[in-house]
Amino acid sequence: MSEMDSISPQEIVRAYEKYKKDAVAGGYNINPDAEFTKGLISGLLVNQSRYGYPSCPCRLAMGNKQDDLDIICPCDYRDGDVVKYGACYCALYVSQAVLEGRQPVQSIPESRPPRAERKKQAARAVDLDWSKLPLPVWRCKVCGYLCARDGPPEVCPICKAKKDRFERFI
Amino acid sequence: MNIEHVQGKKAGKLMLYALSTCGHCRNTRKLLTDLGVEYDYLYVDLLQGQEKEQAIAMVEKWNPDCSFPTLVINDSKCIVGFKEADIKEALKL
Repeated sequence: MSEMDSISPQEIVRAYEKYKKDAVAGGYNINPDAEFTKGLISGLLVNQSRYGYPSCPCRLAMGNKQDDLDIICPCDYRDGDVVKYGACYCALYVSQAVLEGRQPVQSIPESRPPRAERKKQAARAVDLDWSKLPLPVWRCKVCGYLCARDGPPEVCPICKAKKDRFERFI
Repeated sequence: MNIEHVQGKKAGKLMLYALSTCGHCRNTRKLLTDLGVEYDYLYVDLLQGQEKEQAIAMVEKWNPDCSFPTLVINDSKCIVGFKEADIKEALKL
C-alpha cells in the first residue's frame, strides 16, 4: 500500500477542517475544490510522517529541515503567489477571486529559487552589515510580521509559524 | 531506479517525473491515462540518496527549477506543470 493510501479518510477530513478553519481565521482561503484539496492534505500528512514536518506536497523535499524550511506549509512563497497568480504553488491556498469563481486556478511558475541560487542567498545573508538600531528587527517569512526585540518570538502571533521561520530583517 | 510503465497507445516516448504527494502530478497522470497513451513515470520523492540525486540531475537537465510534474516528450521537448492544452498539442491529440 502506498503512503498516500495509508492515510484514513477520517484523518484527511479532520485535517481538512482544521486547515480550512485556520485559513479563514487568518484571512486566507483554501481551495474550494474539496476533492483536489483533500488530495493535497493527504500529501501534507504523508510528508509530516515521512520527514517530521508538513513540507509542500508539490515540491521535492530533501528530508533535511534546514534545506526544506522555506517549503514547510504555509511556505515562504504563499502570500506572493496568491497575490500574483490567485493560488499558492500547490494551490492549497487561493485568492478571494478564485474562491468566488471569478478566476481559474492554473499551473503557476515556481517562485522558489533553484537549489544553487538558494545556497548563494544563504551565504549572502550571513555577510550583511546590520545597522545600529537599539534592537534588531525580526521578520516572519511566512506572513511578513515584523517585531523589534532581542530574538524572534517562539510562535508568530499573526500566522502561528514557528520561530525558525523568522529572519533578521534589520 | 523504480520507473513505472503504463501501457497504452503509442504517442511518442513520454517520461513523466512526478511526486507521489502532488495534486498537479496526479492530474497529469490522470490526463495521460484518460488519453490512453503509453508512458513511463518516476516518483522522485520516493527515492533516496544517490538515486534521488541522479533523478534530480535528470530533471534539472530539462527544467532547472527541478519542479514537478516535468514531462519529457521524445527526449526533445519538456512541459512543466499540469498544462492540459500544451500536453494534448504536443501529443497531437
